[in-house]
Amino acid sequence: MKSEIAETEALSSRATEREVTAVTDFPANRLGSYPTRAGPPYAQGSSANLADILERVLDKGIVIAGDIQINLLDIELLTIKLRLLVASVDKAKEMGIDWWEHDPSLSSRARGERSLSEENRRLRAEIDALRRDSELPEGEREQPRRDTRSRTDE
Amino acid sequence: MSELVTYAYAVARDADGLAEYAATLSGVAGESAALVPSGGDPSLVLVVSRVAASDFQEDALKARLEDMEWLEAVARAHHSVIDALSARTDVLPLRLATVYLDNTRAREVLDEQAAVFDEQLTRLAGHVEWGVKIYADPAAPAPAPAGDLSPGRAYLRQRRAQQSVRDQVYRAAQQAAERVEAAGRQYAVGRARHRVQTGDLAATADENVVNDAYLVPADRAEIFRSEAALAAEGLQGVRVEITGPWAPYSFAAATGPGRLADGRAPS
Repeated sequence: MKSEIAETEALSSRATEREVTAVTDFPANRLGSYPTRAGPPYAQGSSANLADILERVLDKGIVIAGDIQINLLDIELLTIKLRLLVASVDKAKEMGIDWWEHDPSLSSRARGERSLSEENRRLRAEIDALRRDSELPEGEREQPRRDTRSRTDE
Repeated sequence: MSELVTYAYAVARDADGLAEYAATLSGVAGESAALVPSGGDPSLVLVVSRVAASDFQEDALKARLEDMEWLEAVARAHHSVIDALSARTDVLPLRLATVYLDNTRAREVLDEQAAVFDEQLTRLAGHVEWGVKIYADPAAPAPAPAGDLSPGRAYLRQRRAQQSVRDQVYRAAQQAAERVEAAGRQYAVGRARHRVQTGDLAATADENVVNDAYLVPADRAEIFRSEAALAAEGLQGVRVEITGPWAPYSFAAATGPGRLADGRAPS
């Protein structure tokens, strides 16, 4: 069945568990005619926040086959790393963690013959360790409601 | 002279003067953008520029993507071309680093999926994407306890007061989120959730608790923006940041699993 508006699911979402929502009760859905270029001027070009740009150009956008392509697994891992980088680069550096600069698991030079699954497992362990140490949330942080509830239960 | 390959930014709907306009845009490594028209559907073009093969061959690319400076430069160039184009026509942003051996190969891929691209462009025509981030500051100071308590009691009381401030701030953030959702239901046609940003690149002291993107028809873009921007009004310890308008990055890929009626968890 053909998907309507507001659904996006990029290929890398398996790793990132991104939640994408359609809001079916939006009244503006499926209007017949749209004015063209009536919006405000685009002013994001040079000023946009890097984190905002990266989450769009690496996580979103259409994935079509290129002739020269990075393995999708690689981009998933890269995206996970970037998330942690975006989350806390200074914290990680304080802890002496700078694997995004020369982590053999993603460096083609240091890769050798190790299997992808082994690399994957090792990377996940690293991420878990970093997440624990820097008190990052476990996976996606949800609406604040949950936090509130668990606190009031105390 | 190094070998060149074709870097693709976006699929776009061709428009008057678009080729000339693209030629003025500075893409990856400062090269100007160009259009590769579809062979089958004359309204579709792929926006491309030439890049050095040495940077974008498979192994080189893997290594390059780990270089934050390089990645930032390419990401900003990628975005700036898409951003500038979206002021002139409808665009379907491609994922970073979609590279073809030459323009002929790029055209083949465009032609193969022309029907899908056409449908997507039609779906997104005349819409913009707004980013809406909500921040909470749970570290807002609690009032100091009275001075005549024992240290133990004072500590506990202080902790309780701090807890209560945190609860209030998160409740306020929830309220702001509901206001934004209400504006979304009224003016937007779709919402995509991004992971919350916490920390350094985000460069904030407070905590990002909601990071959503809304797809809004252009004629409602301004009213949505102004209503969403007011969502934190009167709420302590909460602020709302709106970014955009963006090209519809978060809504470009259309095929997904089942739809949810609404993203909100049952309350």
